[in-house]
Amino acid sequence: MHSMTATVDTNPDAAAASQASVSAEIGAIESAYQRAGFEETQPRLDYPPYRSSLLRHPTKELVHADPEGVELWTPCFSERDVHPLEADLTIQHGGAPIGERMVVTGRVVDGDGRPVRRQLVEIWQANAGGRYVHKRDQHPSPIDPNFTGVGRCLTDDHGNYRFTTIKPGPYPWKNHRNAWRPAHIHFSLFGTEFTQRMVTQMYFPGDPLFPLDPIYQSITDQKARDRLVAAYDHDVTTHEWATGYRWDIVLTGATRTPTESQDQGAQHQ
Amino acid sequence: MSTLLTATPGQTIGPFYGYALPFEHGNQLVPPGAPGAVRLTGVVADGDGHPVPDALLEIWQADADGRVPTAAGSLHRDGWTFTGWGRASTDDSGHYSFTTVTPGPTTPGGAAFIMITVFARGLLNRVFTRAYVPSAALAADPLLASLPAERRSTLIATTDEHGLRFDIQLQSSATKPETVFLRYPGHRR
Repeated sequence: MHSMTATVDTNPDAAAASQASVSAEIGAIESAYQRAGFEETQPRLDYPPYRSSLLRHPTKELVHADPEGVELWTPCFSERDVHPLEADLTIQHGGAPIGERMVVTGRVVDGDGRPVRRQLVEIWQANAGGRYVHKRDQHPSPIDPNFTGVGRCLTDDHGNYRFTTIKPGPYPWKNHRNAWRPAHIHFSLFGTEFTQRMVTQMYFPGDPLFPLDPIYQSITDQKARDRLVAAYDHDVTTHEWATGYRWDIVLTGATRTPTESQDQGAQHQ
Repeated sequence: MSTLLTATPGQTIGPFYGYALPFEHGNQLVPPGAPGAVRLTGVVADGDGHPVPDALLEIWQADADGRVPTAAGSLHRDGWTFTGWGRASTDDSGHYSFTTVTPGPTTPGGAAFIMITVFARGLLNRVFTRAYVPSAALAADPLLASLPAERRSTLIATTDEHGLRFDIQLQSSATKPETVFLRYPGHRR
């Protein structure tokens, strides 16, 4: 597991390697994955092309646990927690933000296809120029005074979420020399059991940066990667207003029975 | 358990969640100084033993009587409602801190624990662990019993003057064993 650490600079700001050498590492892992013939569906925690993961990935096998007690339940959120206007990232300031206005919507379901109702969805993202409102982001692209890039909503009774925002731009980072992240929106999701808790990134179709990006490529299986890419949906696009994207999210399977889940739902009211 | 659909992959939380996910009183499940309030604190460290200053932790737990909370309101805490869930960032020295109550066991005589989810830049997917509350009941806990002693100890909080201490070692270092992280049914590779 530590074989790479001797030769690879783990300083995330070193930007030492070239894209060509990082791409070669990515390609070698992908080839080995295809030869192995075992389907993976999640990112690897141990993925050396993403330099920041070298010292931060667990080296031991995850230990099987049968969920019990609180693990079978989830925190509850309601209108007390989230105002409906928090789902519109374009109206949080005095003026309209710069960029391509877009709607992203979709459905959150568990592994059995059951909708995750009345649950919290959080997003955050860079602005149209690829700049985050974060003090550690010093990328020389302008802050947009009309765009913070943070949104929240509750799913509806069918598990649907919907945000209005600005299409984020790609941005450089210091994993390696001339490294650029594909444009993405970060999503934070809760299920009906806390074991379903997840954070991920939604990407846009056809991004030319996909093959170059170690974070996206840390998912070794193309079908699995595709699950993070939204689809352009002209039925979501609105006349004279915003383009539309659809992205559905599947959480891991829930272990409680549907009846119990409905009981829990009733307690939330 | 029959699972029909393949789960959407996770991705790292990245470095820039700090203006988005933390919220006021996010780490105060109860107000500091409230009757029964304890501190849950610790350090998140990497394989070189260095603190991780950009990790985000969430805890989810029963109340002091072992009841699983069902109240909303975590994001706008009223100071009186125990929602059982909290969120804390590590600081520049890798420390995190929650103010909460010591959870009771959810089954009579069972082992009580706080469920913890860890997110960090450099961690490509979230990881889960349990911080067990020290008690005689731990001896009969099936998960703890399944682990060798040096790994088992990584799941058991220690007590200090203010409450509980629970360090998280993302990767084995020269001096500290790696924290046990958990895979639940339905969590595929």
